Amino acid sequence: MTTALIAEDEPLLAQALRAELARAWPELTLLEHAVDGDDAVDRALEHRPDVVFLDIRMPGRSGLEAAEAIVEEWPADAGPLPLIVFVTAYDQYALQAFERAAVDYLQKPVQPARLAACCARLKDMIALRETARDAAMPVVAADDSALLGRLRSLLAAAPAATEAPLTLLQAGIGATLHMIPVDEVVYFEAADKYVRVVTATREALIRMSLRELLPRLSAERFWQIHRGTVVRADAIATATRDESGKVFLTLRERPERLVASRLHAHLFRAM
Amino acid sequence: MPPAAVPVPPDLLRSASATTSPSTTVAQFNLRHVLQRVVQVALADTLIAALASAMNASSFGSNLIYAQCVGLAILLFVEFGRRMMAVGTSGWPAGWRGIMLVAVSCVLGYVVGISLADTIFGHSNWPYYLSRPRRLLLDFGPVAVFSIIIAGWFYVRGQAREHRAQVAAASHAATLARLNLLQSQLEPHMLFNTLANLRALISADPPRAQQMLDHLIAFLRATLNASRQAEHPLGEEFARIDDYLALMKVRMGDRLRAGTALPPELAAIPVPPLLLQPLVENAIKHGLEPQRGPGDLQVSATLDGTTLILAVADSGRGLEAAAAARAREPVEAAEPGSGFGVAQVRERLHTLHGDAARFTLTPRAQGGTLAEIRLPLATPPLSRDPRTR
Repeated sequence: MTTALIAEDEPLLAQALRAELARAWPELTLLEHAVDGDDAVDRALEHRPDVVFLDIRMPGRSGLEAAEAIVEEWPADAGPLPLIVFVTAYDQYALQAFERAAVDYLQKPVQPARLAACCARLKDMIALRETARDAAMPVVAADDSALLGRLRSLLAAAPAATEAPLTLLQAGIGATLHMIPVDEVVYFEAADKYVRVVTATREALIRMSLRELLPRLSAERFWQIHRGTVVRADAIATATRDESGKVFLTLRERPERLVASRLHAHLFRAM
Repeated sequence: MPPAAVPVPPDLLRSASATTSPSTTVAQFNLRHVLQRVVQVALADTLIAALASAMNASSFGSNLIYAQCVGLAILLFVEFGRRMMAVGTSGWPAGWRGIMLVAVSCVLGYVVGISLADTIFGHSNWPYYLSRPRRLLLDFGPVAVFSIIIAGWFYVRGQAREHRAQVAAASHAATLARLNLLQSQLEPHMLFNTLANLRALISADPPRAQQMLDHLIAFLRATLNASRQAEHPLGEEFARIDDYLALMKVRMGDRLRAGTALPPELAAIPVPPLLLQPLVENAIKHGLEPQRGPGDLQVSATLDGTTLILAVADSGRGLEAAAAARAREPVEAAEPGSGFGVAQVRERLHTLHGDAARFTLTPRAQGGTLAEIRLPLATPPLSRDPRTR
């Protein structure tokens, strides 16, 4: 049984896509639709659909951010990653990014012929997965890594901020302002609207989201290893890959272990 | 002997042309314009040499050399002077400094030009001139006259060119402003989402589809007219906002709780068309739409003495969150309208009222954002007189 999840904040459009999908692909089982990005992540992880239709502009997390979260949190035993189709009304920038990354997308209003072609492609990919499931895993793995690659290039295509790179962080701890040189930071961790800054000897919170911080760090020195973690590359001691594709990192100056998600695991390959 | 040199006057013509060069507004070095002037001056020199030869039956060849030497020397001094001196938008030093430049260039150019031609012919006119100052003045006189005529002609021509450039720039700016206004109001994301909703409604609920289409038609008509009208009544402005909100209510369903409040006595006050529209759109797009769950939006008009206060209040995620999101969301980055709306409102108010009108964007205590426009009214609204602009 093939299942699909629709994430769309405009109720009429969600209904319309549901109706069009019922016509174009009658055997498809549709889950109750998600009303925003966060809802989409929760529902996708709970019901593990084969296909997810994600609106790009939604309340809370955007479609792109929801896709990132779904892929990162997809359980290792849940089978292959869901196939993701982005839906957008008019986003010139996003469409170019989709074209470049060869990601499937639909434009609103969704045209029946375009939807039928999209469904045919999805059916082929699912059929391929099913025949591969009995025989050997490699096809599925290849399929997944292709999806990860596409998503990675989409996320990387986001326009870079033009702000000057940060060299010094100013973090308030109690009544005292702590000046932390960026070079001393071992890793940054997203904590809601804040970022936790961890050095060899101390921790602090700064009022900034990880997404705002990221463009202001040197991409060579600081690697994003998870959507919520950025680590200083030369602070990493070892990287160990497990069967699910995740990579566990040990650090030189800190006892804790960090996890690199499958989306970012490609950073760790032996030379 | 000396007469050969006489034809020189024409050269002055070219000096005049050089001085007038107002062609470039910033008076940068423009090789094309300099070459144009050189050619024009050389032609004038040739003509004058021919005239002089005809008048006193002297050798055309020798007249031509003297004419070219003096004329081009004057042009050289003028061009050099313009490079060295601060020039205005006409490309020419302002007032008496411009006149002085022509005069000094004439004298220096004449001396240098005659000397240069003398060198070519291997004799000197100066002993002859110095012994007969009257003869020198008689020869120099026509040079000066021709120079001034040509300078004047070039100056007028340059002024006209500058004027044309200004008119073209102004009309370009006006077109651009109209286009920007239109683009910000006909935001494609809004348009296509609305059409997608309409498409869904046509089969599901035809009467509602018809209503929605009517709102869309009124909204589009107002948007297209807004770039042509200078102002329309406040009642009309609110009616168009009602259209827009009706469209957004269809799209957002229960998530949008919106209302407008316009006291009837204010409905006739003329305002720039769709002045509030970008603020309402911003409140929805950056405040309410990105926020999970339902939100409120209130558009109101009130009168404070002789000041009209137009307010758009929302309970959205607030300015700080919106600004942070704009920095990182790729989807919004390439779009006209985000952040543009506010700048556009400011600009329109400034154009119409200078510093008398105020626009503020402030966080609300209970969360969300308040956008407020304060417009001075020249006359109390009951008099029904249009506000002075």
